[in-house]
Amino acid sequence: MRVELVKRPQRSALFSALSPFIAFALTMAAGAILFLLLGINPISAFYTYFISPISEVWQLHELTIKAAPLILIAVGLAVCYRANIWNIGAEGQLIMGAIVGSAIPVMFPAFESPIVLPLCLLLGMLGGAAYAAIPAVLKARFNTNEILTSLMLVYVAQLFLDWMVRGPWRDPQGHGFPQTVMFNDSATLPALFPVAGRANWGFVFALVAALAVWILMTRLLRGFEVRVLGSSPRAGRFAGFNFNRMVFFTFMLSGALAGLAGISEVTGAINQLQPTISPGYGFTAIIVAFLGRLNPLGIVAAGLVLALTYLGGEAAQTALGISDKVARVFQGMLLFFVLGCDTLIHYRIRFVGLGAKARGESEAVPAAKLEEVH
Amino acid sequence: MDIAVNILLTIATAATPLLVAAIGELVVERSGVLNLGVEGMMIMGAVAGFGAGYLTGSPWLGLLAAVLVGALFSLLFAVMTLSLATNQVATGLSLTLLGLGLSGMMGTGFVGLPGERLPNLYIPFLTDLPVVGRLVFGQDPVFYISIALIAGVAWFLFRTRTGLTLRSIGDSHTSAHALGIHVLRYRYLAVLFGGACAGLAGGQLSLVYTPQWVENMTAGRGWIALALVVFASWRPWRGPAGGYIFGAGRNGQLHAQAFGIPVPSQFLSSLPYLATIAVLVLISRNKRLTMMNTPAALGQPFVPDR
Repeated sequence: MRVELVKRPQRSALFSALSPFIAFALTMAAGAILFLLLGINPISAFYTYFISPISEVWQLHELTIKAAPLILIAVGLAVCYRANIWNIGAEGQLIMGAIVGSAIPVMFPAFESPIVLPLCLLLGMLGGAAYAAIPAVLKARFNTNEILTSLMLVYVAQLFLDWMVRGPWRDPQGHGFPQTVMFNDSATLPALFPVAGRANWGFVFALVAALAVWILMTRLLRGFEVRVLGSSPRAGRFAGFNFNRMVFFTFMLSGALAGLAGISEVTGAINQLQPTISPGYGFTAIIVAFLGRLNPLGIVAAGLVLALTYLGGEAAQTALGISDKVARVFQGMLLFFVLGCDTLIHYRIRFVGLGAKARGESEAVPAAKLEEVH
Repeated sequence: MDIAVNILLTIATAATPLLVAAIGELVVERSGVLNLGVEGMMIMGAVAGFGAGYLTGSPWLGLLAAVLVGALFSLLFAVMTLSLATNQVATGLSLTLLGLGLSGMMGTGFVGLPGERLPNLYIPFLTDLPVVGRLVFGQDPVFYISIALIAGVAWFLFRTRTGLTLRSIGDSHTSAHALGIHVLRYRYLAVLFGGACAGLAGGQLSLVYTPQWVENMTAGRGWIALALVVFASWRPWRGPAGGYIFGAGRNGQLHAQAFGIPVPSQFLSSLPYLATIAVLVLISRNKRLTMMNTPAALGQPFVPDR
């Protein structure tokens, strides 16, 4: 039996809508096999993984805390990927945003004023955007591969954060722990409903960002420019769109959003800088972007799903005693299946099997051969 | 003199995994496929190599397992990008993410265990020669494999008919297809070869370089190997130079720390990544050189029309 791809005349609207769900179902099936291999009953594992972490109100709050950075970063990355520009260093931009945004509360811990928090957020976005500008400059100026440079800068940012919290920014009263001072109240992102749970304004930022990017991509000329340059650079050049300017625009936008995600995480959830401030949000956001089909509104839903895999991983670790790496495996599998299912949007899959051979091949027999037969 | 020899030996050990992974990826890219999953295949090779070596007690079986697992893992990428024509950049990334997660899960039980180390070559008399003895006749087996791989790939790509065909596919899969060449068959084999090499590189890490299992122990080496392919401008013999420079960089970092040079260790640790960026910039700013050597069909999906 052979499997063939047959190009569809136009993209399938049906599979365009269905593919994330098929991918999710396939991930579940693969996950069930994985749990069986680990000797765990898949049904109870799925319950622990996907239901128990969101069965109470405060847990839903935790879900938004995890989802906020994923959505913020992913909507920015979606713009990049739509333009066929590959920023995969969002994790580094998140870290740099967090560091730059923390400058005021760390260096002036006694400074309390209503302007502190807005300044922190602004600095965070600037930090992320500036860090993202490095691969953009190298790409635009020297034609350097942005995939490799943006990724290398992640390692550099992680090491820089490590140095900052162990060196110049270490809390002198912190008993030698590698962490900065705790931020004061005016540098803390307030909770949305303090009585019910910890959910903070970061999630609101994420929703606003998703909406703004949706408007950008569907209603504004710049969004059109992104889509044209992404799907056909040649057509974009003829239309007078500047590719280098697009590299800057997409990198700085996604960098600023990643920086905002970083500083929101620090001011909202951790309240200080530590050697590690992100469980790989910048990389998981790549999965979120694709699961949301590079559509800002889809990304909101996808961000919640991926946030659940983080919570489920923690729950599974405590309840079932399995490594929290299972979450990473789930995320990786999910992206695989999403990409595979997306093929169905543009192609039909034809099975050229033994039984179908006579039928399938008779259409394809060239005229010359037919004459021989007769 | 002994110190110099020791330094050269450690540089070679640090450079070998980069070279092995890069030479595999070079063949993959020459066939027109961009596999960004090197890091993922490498870490899978590392965990498989350590695990098999530990469980069987034989580092050789470990190395074999590393190669097989690397190739098997790349098959996933091949099926996706070649048979299902998915986006190669995104699929490669997901291979890396999956590999990092899966290896972490598989390796939970191996953390902190003492591993098996592949023995260095020892030929009586020859290895005992002063200076050259240990450099030429006393290194670990993967070092010799890496040299053989580079020579073999250089010969294959530029001296054989099949190699020429592979390069032609990388430059124009439509023309190659029109000539009746099985584009996807070549690409499948190239991707599998790349996976086996990345697995071998991972095995070197967990069976020679640091014979133990540490989560994320590849530490970006897969990505540096990808950069090395660009540095080599897709020519096999230009790889070693870059690889040994990186090896020297990593090594210089350790020596600087040992001599207590007052620079923060984090700064020294970030040098290989900064150096990679600098090298990429230097190479890619020369547009003519890059244009001339980059496989023209690199990264483009191909669906044969039958």
